[in-house]
Amino acid sequence: MDVFISLLDGIMVALEPMNLGLAVLGVVVGLFVGAMPGLGSVNGVAILLPFTFVIQSFTGGATSPMIFLAAIYYGAMYGGAISSITLGIPGASTAVSTTFDGRPMALSGRAHIALVAAALASFAGGTISNIMFTGFAPILASVALSFGDPEVFALMLMAFATFIGLGGDDIPKTIFSICIGLVLATVGFDIVSGEPRLIFFDITGFSHGIRFLVLAIGVYGIGEMLWTINTNRYGSSMTQVDVSARNIIDAIKEFRHAKRGTLIGSFLGFFVGILPAAGATPGALMAYGVAKLTSKDQSSFGKGNINGIAAPEAANNSASTGAMLPMMTLGIPGSPTTAVLLAGMVIWGLQPGPLLFTNQPDFVWPLIGSFYISNVIAVLVNLAFIPVFLWMLRMPFTILAPMIFVLSLVGTYAAYLDMFDVSLMVLVGIAAFFLRILDYPVAPAVLAIVLGPIAEPKLRQSLLFSDGDFSIFFTRPIAGPITVIALILILLPLIKFIKNKFITKKAEQP
Amino acid sequence: MTFMKQLFIGLISATLMIGTMSSTAIAFEPDKPIEFIIMAGKGGGADKMARLMQAIVEKENLSNRPLFPTNKSGGSGAEALIAAKNANDPDHTLMVTLNSFFTTPLRQPGLRIDNSTFAPIGRMAEDTFLLWVHKDSGVTTFAEYLTKAKADGNKWVMGGTGRAGEDNIITNFLNNEFGLSMKYIPYQGGGEVAKQVAGKQLNSSVNNPSEALGFYESGDLVPLVAFTDERLPLFPNVPTLKELGNDFSYFMQRAVVGAPGMSDDALAYYTDLFTKVYQSSDWQDYKNKQSLMGEFMTGDELRIYWDAQNSRHSVILKASGDIK
Repeated sequence: MDVFISLLDGIMVALEPMNLGLAVLGVVVGLFVGAMPGLGSVNGVAILLPFTFVIQSFTGGATSPMIFLAAIYYGAMYGGAISSITLGIPGASTAVSTTFDGRPMALSGRAHIALVAAALASFAGGTISNIMFTGFAPILASVALSFGDPEVFALMLMAFATFIGLGGDDIPKTIFSICIGLVLATVGFDIVSGEPRLIFFDITGFSHGIRFLVLAIGVYGIGEMLWTINTNRYGSSMTQVDVSARNIIDAIKEFRHAKRGTLIGSFLGFFVGILPAAGATPGALMAYGVAKLTSKDQSSFGKGNINGIAAPEAANNSASTGAMLPMMTLGIPGSPTTAVLLAGMVIWGLQPGPLLFTNQPDFVWPLIGSFYISNVIAVLVNLAFIPVFLWMLRMPFTILAPMIFVLSLVGTYAAYLDMFDVSLMVLVGIAAFFLRILDYPVAPAVLAIVLGPIAEPKLRQSLLFSDGDFSIFFTRPIAGPITVIALILILLPLIKFIKNKFITKKAEQP
Repeated sequence: MTFMKQLFIGLISATLMIGTMSSTAIAFEPDKPIEFIIMAGKGGGADKMARLMQAIVEKENLSNRPLFPTNKSGGSGAEALIAAKNANDPDHTLMVTLNSFFTTPLRQPGLRIDNSTFAPIGRMAEDTFLLWVHKDSGVTTFAEYLTKAKADGNKWVMGGTGRAGEDNIITNFLNNEFGLSMKYIPYQGGGEVAKQVAGKQLNSSVNNPSEALGFYESGDLVPLVAFTDERLPLFPNVPTLKELGNDFSYFMQRAVVGAPGMSDDALAYYTDLFTKVYQSSDWQDYKNKQSLMGEFMTGDELRIYWDAQNSRHSVILKASGDIK
């Protein structure tokens, strides 16, 4: 009951005109930053951090600046889906998995359904995670603490297991694709030994590793564009979209089919979000994998299944709220964006940690209240703008293709201000195009490069603990069951694959 | 026509003259955003500090162009050192450094980094180190710690940031000096290390105060000994290792340097800029709250300090076998 009263008080503070205005502004800025390929919430928050000092000089406390930055974070999670669906370029790394089904839906004239589903799933994910955050923050903080290295690795293994099902029926090709991703993920300096690895041709650009966003924009921006030109499937024509209020209402009705994906995304995303080091991108990818894995109609994923949009979109919003939890209660950022927010809190004179809730209730509760408010604002703003986003789709491909190309270049440069990344991105795009012609799935490689850098140090740290003994993944109470489930998930499709092959051979023989 | 031409040329030369005149008035002023390379990942001590400096510059309106922070954490700072060394425009490239400024060039001679080529803008503070354990470990003094760690042998696990970094150096010192065989596991950042100790995944750590403060205030983490010359004002009851009879102290520099090849005029400009940042009330406040030591240091004085640190780290790394 105390929690409920504190929350109500918090919401009242968040509704004060100044704070409400900042939340609206933050959501709109976030929506734009998220929709712009390459720029994600982390860029938006980092760029506007100094601006919060201006806000602070007006309002005094740390609450209003934080409400503003949190609203950007939220808005960006909504915004990322927009370019993923309409252009096929992930607006932010968190929205990569939204392209898997969002793009096919847009191409088949169902963009409005995809956009509405993304907005509503985001809202549901945000709301569910807010309730969990409000009700169980202290318990969840101790859950996050009980996750050591073997536990995180076991979870990553589980994520890889769900990927096996991601690449379609050709499992050897999927595994090959995962391996390429894992090798690319090791480029750069090794965290455990500090040694450089795979710095091809001594090019210094490789020293920071191959960045995920470079790969994602290359594959889905350039690669997808080349593919479209090559197949000429959509030719010089445009996607047919009819923008009317009636359509949007129909699309809202369609959302009932996305319940399962939304629920999976909301809970899984939140859980992955509260674990330090993971964040919204792996959360969204895992949610997509699980939604597909548990679906009765697996083959429709990747071709425009509404659950394939709802799961990652619910997950990235849910994970972004989740990532606030270790940041506030443990002082450890759960994602790159919360790392910047954490820096902000320290600069505003707060000490994040286990005592933040007790020592700074005047900061914590209005902030949590603002999560609820920003979430409502974000869904309303997003739904209102959908006709504008749809209008982009009406452009003929001859105009859209150069635009995608330019956005891919600018977006890659904007993310890290590194020209090397831009050339690499184009190369990756061309490579992805050829892989696709040879019918290799590229999504598993993209996913492997996100999880590889998280999984690898955890594996090695765990093995340092156990002096190289792999039983550490089975004997610990939390890691054990997760590892076993992951191994079963990996083996199941393999068994199915071998069985299928055996049966088809038998059938062909007589 | 000729008149117009003459007028045009006249106007251009007048503009140029005004341009040169104003540029002689102030020897150097940044004319584009200043790249602010951070030698560590987002959210760590160096990152927080860099963003605070950026915010102070912004708030006090100290520079006509903004500082633009970029994190380059790869290879214990190697990525940042290389980026600064190869900077296209050294006059607009700054770097926030830690002790990997000394250790990484020593450990990786292949990088061909000579840290004396960097421009000595200012040492903003020296960060301190303490030894931390969980409150449930039953260990309350350094003497008890030694007994326990000795008994546990290599089952006693110490976590720290990176390989052969500051935390690793202190761990090696403790192992050698007191005949321990603690295991050292490297992590990406100090915040994560503190969390692992608080979650009882690790036995101990040598976190900076800023990284462990939250858990210290909640009582989860207990400091046993400080690796400083005098007791820290924030931890008046924690003895220094010196008091306990070992002449060892270790600090981490928090300095801003300019990319190799920075002009003297630019160096003078940035020295002035960061002197003002250092003197600002926000910086002083942060220094006190996060238990940072050390006075502002610049120019030749800073170079001499670097020389001393280079030779000290060379001795330390040779002793631990990290370099030959």
